Amino acid sequence: MAALLNRRTVISGFILLALVFPFLTKNSYVLHILTLAFIWMIAVYGLNLLAGYTGYLSLAHAGFFAIGAYSLGILTVKVGMNYWLAFLSSLIITCILGLLIGLIALRTKEHFFAIYTLCVGYIIYLVIDKWDGLTGGVRGLIGIPVPAGFGPLSFEKPLSQYYLILFFLLLTVLMVYRIVHSLSGRTFIAIRNSEELAKTLGIATMKNKLMVFVLSTLFAGLAGVLYASFIRFIGPDIGYITITFDLLMYLLVGGIGTLAGPIVGTLLIVWVSQSLQFLQDYRMLIFGPLLTLLIIFYPRGIIGAFYEWKIKRQEKKRMRALIKNHKDAEFPTANSVPDKKVKEG
Amino acid sequence: MDILSQQLFNGLTIGSVYSLVALGLTLVYGILHIPNFAHGAMYMLGAYVTLTMMLLWGLHYWLAMAISVLVVGLLSVLMERLVFHPLRNAPPIHDKIAAIGILLFLEALAQLIWGADYRSMGTPYGEVINLFGLTVTMQRILINVGAVVVMLLLYLFLKKTMVGSTIIAMAQNREGAHLVGINTNKVAMLTFLISGGLAAIAASLAAPINLVFPGMGHLVILKAFVIIILGGMGSIPGAILGGYILGFSESLGATYLSNDYKDIIAFLLLVIILSFRPKGLFAREGF
Repeated sequence: MAALLNRRTVISGFILLALVFPFLTKNSYVLHILTLAFIWMIAVYGLNLLAGYTGYLSLAHAGFFAIGAYSLGILTVKVGMNYWLAFLSSLIITCILGLLIGLIALRTKEHFFAIYTLCVGYIIYLVIDKWDGLTGGVRGLIGIPVPAGFGPLSFEKPLSQYYLILFFLLLTVLMVYRIVHSLSGRTFIAIRNSEELAKTLGIATMKNKLMVFVLSTLFAGLAGVLYASFIRFIGPDIGYITITFDLLMYLLVGGIGTLAGPIVGTLLIVWVSQSLQFLQDYRMLIFGPLLTLLIIFYPRGIIGAFYEWKIKRQEKKRMRALIKNHKDAEFPTANSVPDKKVKEG
Repeated sequence: MDILSQQLFNGLTIGSVYSLVALGLTLVYGILHIPNFAHGAMYMLGAYVTLTMMLLWGLHYWLAMAISVLVVGLLSVLMERLVFHPLRNAPPIHDKIAAIGILLFLEALAQLIWGADYRSMGTPYGEVINLFGLTVTMQRILINVGAVVVMLLLYLFLKKTMVGSTIIAMAQNREGAHLVGINTNKVAMLTFLISGGLAAIAASLAAPINLVFPGMGHLVILKAFVIIILGGMGSIPGAILGGYILGFSESLGATYLSNDYKDIIAFLLLVIILSFRPKGLFAREGF
């Protein structure tokens, strides 16, 4: 109970900090970067559901991000649709494309899935890049409107955009939290741990995988939509593989398959990138080896390492207490070690 | 007719390069079951090392290529030792991510050392000749002949020598190979050496007719993956055949369909194949 309370206060503390943050800094650049980081986090949560909880490494994620962004751009700029209608339609378009691609992609497994999605991502990029009439080709789309206001609320200013995107981020986190702790979430984890076993238990793996794939593209699309109306300019580069690799790095550094991982990883890497700005294109000199070292030594990222440390500490404490209590009794056997490892998915 | 035969020859040339790259990829996959995303970076480094040797030290093309093969091969071995060996018991998702990390690092490194601009590589075999009515450069012929020679040598090495057969043995069954006294570590290192060498040869052969730049490995490696899925992961004849199939379909597609979308052909091919055969066209274990 104490741990839960502790956790709850920590989470509310962070939300409060995010809410008052714009008043703590007068620097609009910092606010801009933070808002952008929030957008990436939403996309990383999508990737986390698929790669972290279900064990399917999708390398087409930037493609779905771009589909969301371009759907909004085309619907508002070229079709002239009402913003929120376009917003909703873009998400639906992304989900439908995700469903169609997922239907085929999920027939493949492991390496084949990674390579297949890598190629799908590349096709999406090429189509955006070459289909001049629809997407504007290499010139991109400009003049995407900011989100339309609701009554007294308007989203013209960066500050109001910050809160809008923060709202969607919190919504995403809440949804992912609910999903992961639901029966579906357990099912995804079962599929990750062993698909054959899950099948044997009577789990409809294809249905579940398809669901998680579409959900994951939904979050990528949502991030793309928000990105388009925040930056107000989109080019084909947002669908390129490097964006997928960036998202993957945020996820891995934070902790793949953990709830807090996407936030921690994105914040940390975005912050480090900002302070290493003089490196520009060479930042991969540091992040590339970091990614490799991380996966060798801390495969579950910062959050995973933290939980491991916590579990070890608790175990040690318990053992010490046991030894103290049973000084003359028999030594505790391996069976008495608490089975707490399964806690964080 | 003239255009057709010219395009067929082009397809043969592109196919040779693809086959060589895919061979390295399939060898590593056969042994360690790693989809080595960093292989594209090895290809890129191969071209750069050859170019540097030729420009900086004024070495002859062949000598520069030999040094490139050695350098990239050893780098490949280093990669196996430092990254893939510690990860040999990890879940498969880890290998892929580690390989992506290496790829990103090597590309940034190449950009740091050689800059981001496109460069062209000179060749001593630039003269144009007429071959059965086709106008071709010597370099293109060299690519075709070179690729076939390398493939033949590789085949003889794998089938006729003791060391080569240890690679095949390990591809068939890792534990079994270990039990009969094959040093699996050594075989893994050897495979990476060959794989890196093949990438360097392919890059050095192809660079004079293409350009050299840090991102040159991207498309090639993606297509090599398409090829080894086409030919069955880990299969050597499959990689060679797949390479030529892709080369032909690309050069013909560029002429008769659309030059803009020629790069998409490979990926569409893969999407279609995997839609019907989720485990590849000629899926089978080992060699």
